[in-house]
Amino acid sequence: MIVGERKPFDEITGMLNGYKKVLILGCGTCVSVCMAGGAKEVAVLASQLRMDSGIQEKGVEIGEETIQRQCDREYIEPIVEMAKTYDVVLSMACGAGVQLLSDMLVPTPVLPALNTSFIGICEEEGVWAERCRGCGDCMLGITGGICPVARCAKTLFNGPCGGSVNGICEVSKDTPCAWQLVYDRLKALGKLESLEEIQPIRDWGPSSSGIPRGVYREDMAGVAVESEGSSK
Amino acid sequence: MKAGTNLEKVLEAGNFAVTAEVGPPKGASANAVQKKCEVVKSCSDAINVTDNQTAVVRMSSTAGAVLLKQMGADPVMQMTCRDRNRIAIQSDILGAVALGIGNILAISGDHHILGNHPGAKGVFDIDSMQLIQTMKMLRDDNQFICGDKVAGDVPIFIGAVESAFSDPVEFRVTRLAKKVNAGADFIQTQGVFDVEQFAKWMKGVTDRGLDEQTHILAGIIPMKSAGMARYMRDYVSGVYVPDELVKRMENADDAKEEGLKIMLEIIDQLEDVDGVHGIHIMAVGWEDIVPVIVEKAGLLPRPIV
Ligand code: SF4
Ligand code: SF4
Repeated sequence: MIVGERKPFDEITGMLNGYKKVLILGCGTCVSVCMAGGAKEVAVLASQLRMDSGIQEKGVEIGEETIQRQCDREYIEPIVEMAKTYDVVLSMACGAGVQLLSDMLVPTPVLPALNTSFIGICEEEGVWAERCRGCGDCMLGITGGICPVARCAKTLFNGPCGGSVNGICEVSKDTPCAWQLVYDRLKALGKLESLEEIQPIRDWGPSSSGIPRGVYREDMAGVAVESEGSSK
Repeated sequence: MKAGTNLEKVLEAGNFAVTAEVGPPKGASANAVQKKCEVVKSCSDAINVTDNQTAVVRMSSTAGAVLLKQMGADPVMQMTCRDRNRIAIQSDILGAVALGIGNILAISGDHHILGNHPGAKGVFDIDSMQLIQTMKMLRDDNQFICGDKVAGDVPIFIGAVESAFSDPVEFRVTRLAKKVNAGADFIQTQGVFDVEQFAKWMKGVTDRGLDEQTHILAGIIPMKSAGMARYMRDYVSGVYVPDELVKRMENADDAKEEGLKIMLEIIDQLEDVDGVHGIHIMAVGWEDIVPVIVEKAGLLPRPIV
């Protein structure tokens, strides 16, 4: 899922400065699961704002709503007219949701209430960890299902650096060394020999070359309404 | 000869090589580099110039290496993968070779979060293994990573590092083998304090015949004080300082003297380890000790090749 964290309260009230009617819009998918921007968090933020003396003084009206997914037109469409009756929408979705919502609500401004963190998992209650950077060329098949792009601090492809000690990465005592994990996993799978091969220099084109990416499926595109975000 | 540097000649002639290290200053003073070079020049065969070590900004290793070259020393320019993408890496290599630098050493680089600009965007476009490959490609195939032809020769004596004591320990021989296959002509190891353990790793290395395909120089880190010994034992990744040595440093009347004694014992033992072709002395900030160590270890004068 996409994991996010709510922005600090002061940053949120700062952004809302000058607006009289604010809609807080939650998202019922990823950020709801990671307890950052679902219906519950919308309610918490709304009551926090209503209790804030600055907001009270200015007589700001706060509305609350949560839709299933803000990264999906289908779910946004039914609320467009209602949302436009507000001065501003404070989106509690990830960056993708905030952007699609912004596109669809012009001229009503949309502000982000979350910092989108990463694609990850919940490791235990209250602990989330990054697992994928959407690099566009998945190599989990050769690393035993452990991602060196997202989990090795130096994005190494050919085994651990000299900073790996007792399974811990040199960057901090709380960070496991991804390559120790890869090594242990491949050992358990009986596939250690795959580490003997030199992984060639990779093409970051599908990933961090900086060009905005899109996925185009010939079998589907043009059949449904063409999505604005996709490109060839 | 790959590049015909002094280091390459010394090693190829079968001598037990000695390399030293100079850390460029946090400033633009050429004199700071020259002074250090002057101290270690006559007692070493080549001198490493570190590349923003510990991710703290300093004068570039290329500039430092050129300053050394101008003084008649043979520089080993260190190059990390942390701060440059493949475009800058290849361009910097060409520039370095044009300036007369023949030894280039590939390293991943300490992570920038540990340095003085933790908010920097780390590059890590290619890894150290791939940097070795890149140098070999430039030199032997006259080709850039993209496949385009390089104009003219790019003579480089390719260096790499390995750490016998980092984890997973069982993988460290394999990793060295990968580096050798990638094209490493010489290897400098992380500091060795436990020769017995190091010799076990070297056994794995010689069993695979790697010592015949590359030159391995064992790392030496002179210890100044008990505090330094403890710090290295507890905080420096890839360095394993046995408690017994820490105790010796703690109990010594003159810690510097004891540190020197320990170093000489280690060098003496290393000379007998099969496959070790030299030592690399890392005394950044304590360059004065290098001539003393080399002299007392009986490794002077350095060969003229
Ligand atoms: S290799 Fe790429 S796609 Fe696969 S998990 Fe890692 S970042 Fe994600
Ligand atoms: S210690 Fe492990 S995870 Fe950390 S940078 Fe090195 S190889 Fe990557």
